[in-house]
Amino acid sequence: MMKGQTGATGRPHMTSTHYSIFSVLREALRGHTGWGPAWRNAEPKPDYDVVIIGGGGHGLSTAYYLAKNYGPLRIAVLEKGWIGGGNVGRNTTIVRSNYLLPGNIPFYELSMKLWEGLEQDLNYNAMVSQRGVLNLYHSDAQRDAFARRGNAMRLHGVDAVLLDQAAVRKMVPFLDFDNGRFPIHGGLLQPRGGTVRHDAVAWGYARGADRLGVDIIQNCEVKGFIRDGGRVTGVETSRGLIGAKKIAMAVAGSSSRVAAMAGLRLPIESHVLQAFVTEGLKPFIDGVVTFGAGHFYISQSDKGGLVFGGDLDGYNSYAQRGNMPVVEDVCEGGMALMPRIGRVRLLRHWGGIMDMSMDGSPIIDKTPVDGLYLNSGWCYGGFKATPASGYCFAHLIARDAPHPVAAAYRLDRFATGHAIDEKGMGPQPNLH
Amino acid sequence: MRIACPHCGERSLDEFLYSGDATVKRPDFAGTTAMDDFVTYTFERTNPPGPHRELWYHAAGCHAWLVVTRNVSTHAVASVELARDVALAAKSATKDSAS
Repeated sequence: MMKGQTGATGRPHMTSTHYSIFSVLREALRGHTGWGPAWRNAEPKPDYDVVIIGGGGHGLSTAYYLAKNYGPLRIAVLEKGWIGGGNVGRNTTIVRSNYLLPGNIPFYELSMKLWEGLEQDLNYNAMVSQRGVLNLYHSDAQRDAFARRGNAMRLHGVDAVLLDQAAVRKMVPFLDFDNGRFPIHGGLLQPRGGTVRHDAVAWGYARGADRLGVDIIQNCEVKGFIRDGGRVTGVETSRGLIGAKKIAMAVAGSSSRVAAMAGLRLPIESHVLQAFVTEGLKPFIDGVVTFGAGHFYISQSDKGGLVFGGDLDGYNSYAQRGNMPVVEDVCEGGMALMPRIGRVRLLRHWGGIMDMSMDGSPIIDKTPVDGLYLNSGWCYGGFKATPASGYCFAHLIARDAPHPVAAAYRLDRFATGHAIDEKGMGPQPNLH
Repeated sequence: MRIACPHCGERSLDEFLYSGDATVKRPDFAGTTAMDDFVTYTFERTNPPGPHRELWYHAAGCHAWLVVTRNVSTHAVASVELARDVALAAKSATKDSAS
């Protein structure tokens, strides 16, 4: 589709190479001088069929599946910063589908299946690694709750294995099993869960969307909506007016700010979540391990650094940085679980802004404004949802009807009493 | 980020519990639009990027409920008031406007 087109600069578009062992060998032989950019840095056109606000994981995957499954469409992705600079590069890279409620399991399992075929689909190495996600339990009551969750998963065709202490000891022998307060009794394992290299997900989707003709427009901040009667007909941006038949928001922590420009008030609070990476170590944690007595999750990246995190700071924030009490709390969780990491030095630590919804579950729905679509409320589980979120959002935008596995993620579910509250915390965004 | 409690002085964040937006008001349960009003009150938030009035509870201190005005983009605390004083001021303002 790209061949023969010319860009705004008048130069022909660089068509990115198909990646394969042969392209790697060819480039190895000519000193890697032939690699072109993986996607065009497009200039905005006056109008599009669909404009997607937000060039993060969800926005890019939406663009990709829209173009792939419902094209040909003229699609633009508007990104305020640069591709890979937002939450898609700020998460702890974990993917899993170990949910409990019927509104959630099929959606996250679709996402897991899309992860499993993602690299072949995109022709891009996203380092999808199904190394297993192990949730530990520390009491009889927690074991029962995990058995229930595991059964719910298996009834939906998701893999789940309930492990006793001996089995966990075999997998991760260095945990503090006989901790006085939080002894480890066993765990619930999802063997197909794991990690994916998050930057590669952003780049892979950007490249895939670009190859299908999507314009990815960076440094383009949306400043307002153009309305015609009740309908949105375009966006005002820092790079001029852009018309659109349909406008889709996928802006995570900025959801309330962007929706406010269209006069909407959302069931969302923005909160800061911190994450941590240590210096590189030799491999010793094979999979993802989570502590059941507090909130702490850890995995080891392929570079060797320990990647871990815990709870939200707990107060509204747009600051992309957190405070010391949560740093302390996360480290205490880590020490209670695996004391051997106590002398490892932190390499870096950061905060990301989460779109915390009132029930802890996402929203993929039309808004009361005609032509405006909303993808939001991912709380701190957005990364694992990236493929299915885009897949279902694309379906909604193209067909004006929800995809069957995302049909529960309605914006009006709070008013109608159909909240999907996995943790049973009620309408308190900082507790989900 | 530290919060200057009017009773206890400037204290660490881990002494406080956060309880969200202080500008939402519980609607009249007997009103004709009560159902819609309660949905708005319970679930919808303005979630502004700048100054935010919010409730904090000094759980590991004097147990006072506070109304903190804080810029959520910088975490700078502009003011800390006792929630009791804020409620009493609002009450007397309503009384004044009614009389």
